[in-house]
Amino acid sequence: MASTRILARLATQRSAAAAIRTPVFTRGFASVSDTTTRDPLSKVGEAINPDPARKVVPESQTSNIKEPEPEKGSKLKTFHIYRWNPDEPTSKPRMQSYTLDLNKTGPMMLDALIRIKNETDPTLTFRRSCREGICGSCAMNIDGVNTLACLCRIPTDTAKESRIYPLPHMYVVKDLVPDMTLFYKQYRSVKPYLQRTTPSPDGREYRQTKEDRKKLDGLYECILCACCSTSCPSYWWNQEEYLGPAVLLQSYRWIADSRDEKKAERQDALNNSMSLYRCHTILNCSRTCPKGLNPALAITEIKKSMAFT
Amino acid sequence: MSSMRVFQLGLRRAAAPAFRGNFAGRMVQRRLANSQSASQSSAEEILVKQRVNRPVSPHLTIYRPQITWYGSMFNRLTGIILSGGLYVFGFAYLAAPTLGWHLESQSLIATVAGWSAFTKASAKFAVAMPFFYHSLNGVRHLVWDMGRAMTNKAVMQTGWGVVGASVAASIYYGFFV
Repeated sequence: MASTRILARLATQRSAAAAIRTPVFTRGFASVSDTTTRDPLSKVGEAINPDPARKVVPESQTSNIKEPEPEKGSKLKTFHIYRWNPDEPTSKPRMQSYTLDLNKTGPMMLDALIRIKNETDPTLTFRRSCREGICGSCAMNIDGVNTLACLCRIPTDTAKESRIYPLPHMYVVKDLVPDMTLFYKQYRSVKPYLQRTTPSPDGREYRQTKEDRKKLDGLYECILCACCSTSCPSYWWNQEEYLGPAVLLQSYRWIADSRDEKKAERQDALNNSMSLYRCHTILNCSRTCPKGLNPALAITEIKKSMAFT
Repeated sequence: MSSMRVFQLGLRRAAAPAFRGNFAGRMVQRRLANSQSASQSSAEEILVKQRVNRPVSPHLTIYRPQITWYGSMFNRLTGIILSGGLYVFGFAYLAAPTLGWHLESQSLIATVAGWSAFTKASAKFAVAMPFFYHSLNGVRHLVWDMGRAMTNKAVMQTGWGVVGASVAASIYYGFFV
């Protein structure tokens, strides 16, 4: 009797172990080192570990939060905004619709978001700080293009509906807030500071000629909003290894600096198949930069400096 | 004069809203949510738990179609079509004698000769289009590798230029040669 019970227990244990499959194909295109086991067949497994690539619930299946007190002659425009709440971890992200009167809203997308948060839905979450395009906090995907919400005008055509998503292919912390941990780690990895071993000749500050200083124009203005990196398909698929346009532009900012003495070391750090050469000159980065910089050109300059030395 | 001023001040005080009776309790904001303090280690634990559940934000499906990344995508696709086609035909040609297929030039010419003029031209167009697009876009990449034509405007112009040129060349070589 006891032996049969032990045998039965063994059998159930083994079948339970066999039912757990490794999630090789559950994560979409991203290559990740995530090896946690989960059972794609059972709801229980999903409740423990939902699929990060789960589909977004379209706005047709969610409610529309209307302008609080619409007046006559108001210019009503609809915004569809990506929502996901970490307090309901297994829930799908959804597109929430909001209708706003443009006459009562400021001119920029950030004004619309702030108005929604102040007047209709205080649970809407997004990052913002300077509201003038110098902090890079409010970077998001507006109408299909990455930009800063504070520098993006609301299209006055009320017939067209606007869509706001977080930066593409990033892990979402909440609503429009992406997890930037990896991006900042990559930034740290290029050692974004002046590296010197020799003191300046006259013991005063390190100086450079006007021509050398000019080489840094178009590089030092970068505010690290990550709009360019998250617009790059190559960065979408190889985020773990490819540094991405923003970080490479920053890397070039130090390679191009005449006062820096670790140029060779900086280039060596990029000299592998992934860090730099996953750039396939797609040029989405320069197209989307809200500060009008040219990360693609900076990456090409790095490639040139490494090829012709 | 001074008595006048005192009188006016009195009037103004009377008109202004009184500060009397404005207790601190009425000014204090009420918090409806309770907060709990967490230690450093337990906060880390909560973070790890949250990270497991985070969704990936939408990307390919929501990004606006632009000549930059669509052009790059088609460059890669046409490259796969061209090289893949070459490999498939090459291996089929190698295996043809053993498998009894007829892939030698004479039989291919005989097959194509039986097609209608429109089918012939369309087939030529279908081969010419990827070839011209991939070749011309390759020139674009060579120019970029020298750091030229890297501005937004130049990229858009050359991108659409390559599309137009490859369509024109494919129509010419498909239908008129």
